Amino acid sequence: MGNLLRLKPRTEQKIAQFFMYSLTSVAVIVLVFILVVILKNGLPQLNLEFLTKNPVDMGRGGGILSTIVATIFLTFIALLVATPLGVGTAIYLTEYTVESRITRIIRFGAECLAGIPSIIFGLFGFILFVNKLKFGWSILSGGLTLAFMVLPTIIRTSEEAIKAVPSCYRLVSFSLGSTRWQTVTRVVLPSAIPGIVTGVILSIGRSIGETAAVIFTAGSALRLPSSVFSSSRTMAVHFYILAKEGVSMPKAYGTAAVLVISILIINVITYYLMEKYIRRKS
Amino acid sequence: MKERVILVRDFSHYYGQTRSLNNINLDVYRNEILGIIGPAKSGKSTFLACLNRLNDLIPGSRVEGKILIDGQDIYGPELDVVALRRKLGMVFATPVPLPMTIYENIVYGLRLLGHNSRKELDLVVEDSLEKAGLWNEVKDRLQTSALKLSGGQQQRLCIARVLALKPEYILLDEPTSGLDPISTMKIEDSLRALKKDYTIILVTNNTKQAARIADRTAFFLMGELVEIDETPVIFTRPMDKRTEAYLEGKFG
Repeated sequence: MGNLLRLKPRTEQKIAQFFMYSLTSVAVIVLVFILVVILKNGLPQLNLEFLTKNPVDMGRGGGILSTIVATIFLTFIALLVATPLGVGTAIYLTEYTVESRITRIIRFGAECLAGIPSIIFGLFGFILFVNKLKFGWSILSGGLTLAFMVLPTIIRTSEEAIKAVPSCYRLVSFSLGSTRWQTVTRVVLPSAIPGIVTGVILSIGRSIGETAAVIFTAGSALRLPSSVFSSSRTMAVHFYILAKEGVSMPKAYGTAAVLVISILIINVITYYLMEKYIRRKS
Repeated sequence: MKERVILVRDFSHYYGQTRSLNNINLDVYRNEILGIIGPAKSGKSTFLACLNRLNDLIPGSRVEGKILIDGQDIYGPELDVVALRRKLGMVFATPVPLPMTIYENIVYGLRLLGHNSRKELDLVVEDSLEKAGLWNEVKDRLQTSALKLSGGQQQRLCIARVLALKPEYILLDEPTSGLDPISTMKIEDSLRALKKDYTIILVTNNTKQAARIADRTAFFLMGELVEIDETPVIFTRPMDKRTEAYLEGKFG
């Protein structure tokens, strides 16, 4: 190989660079293409009424207010449950046990959970929350189902973030007379926050965009939800129904645009806040 | 006759199956600087960690024998480890400021105890930084990140952080190993001044440093205490050939 294809290092470098550029451009082009298609079709639909009125006539008219509210509630419940559970598990795995069979089993379990298709989570949530626990199709059932779905992501990212905290911080903290819990809450977690937040943001994104798991558990009612026991339709489900059942393509694109824009806004805001947080710490 | 405050008797320490300290016997006197010298892996840092039980944090760590500090068996069942660590403050080889402001670093240990009165903490911060010889350099930027200080300043911050807890003993584990000569000198000056209020145990890989500031010096080799005596005796007429060889730079 070396003899057949001997290139000057500089030529080699040029070719490699060209390929890297091409690969990166493909990724960026796909992203831009998706954004352009959705925004081009969706933006014309957007106006104040679209955001502040409930859907009328199965979504053919009116706005998407109730689906926005449902999405926010559902995501909020999912994260409210999954964040403490996930971060707690990560703290247990990294700070309170030594590597052993049990930690490996827990980690393996979490990893398997991450590989399960979301529609299976939907089925599980339907059986457990909707039927067995009798929460019905509701924001609560949907939120809890999503919580289990994003749990592995939060565990994994939190664990990585906690492991990345230099061990000398712990040693110093202990040497100054702190207990393990004090060390975790005052030194380890504050340093791990940016990493943990990244996991939470990923999970918010997945929750907002999830359809399969939600349609089975939160239902698809178009009313404005009045409690956690209301059946309701999230933006993603609304989009799916509008598009699949051919109710209204323009409204579907409008919904998609709102979905994409809100995820963008969430990302930008958190990265801005995290940047500030990290700068304040160092 | 000086007062003996730490008594180490037939003390051995193991990491799993490996013995890192073998049958150590020594006393520490009140208000002295005890220097501990020896080559790498001689067990001197382990010995220091055993005194405030930071060795507990390492899985597989095990001890035999006794250490009495102020008459209290520190491996006894009634010992409060957290209180012990406050009483024996530790300064590590690499300065490790916690990722917070200078002020918060100093009061970290006090906040753990629930001291939150601003007035009280302000006083402690000034007093500790003064004693560690850092006050004048940082008094105008107490609310900036401690990570922005230079290496030498960070190490004096670590000393100040230990002093803030009003310990009785200060354990230093090669505190100047990563510092330039001027920073080293400043820290040695602080230690000399601190001696009148504290008992200091200084592990150092720099034998000259022990000669400069230690009242007595102990020589550790492969987990054993070879000899301990007044510093001038160790450096001019050591009893053991191995001590002499080490000081002459023949190994280590």
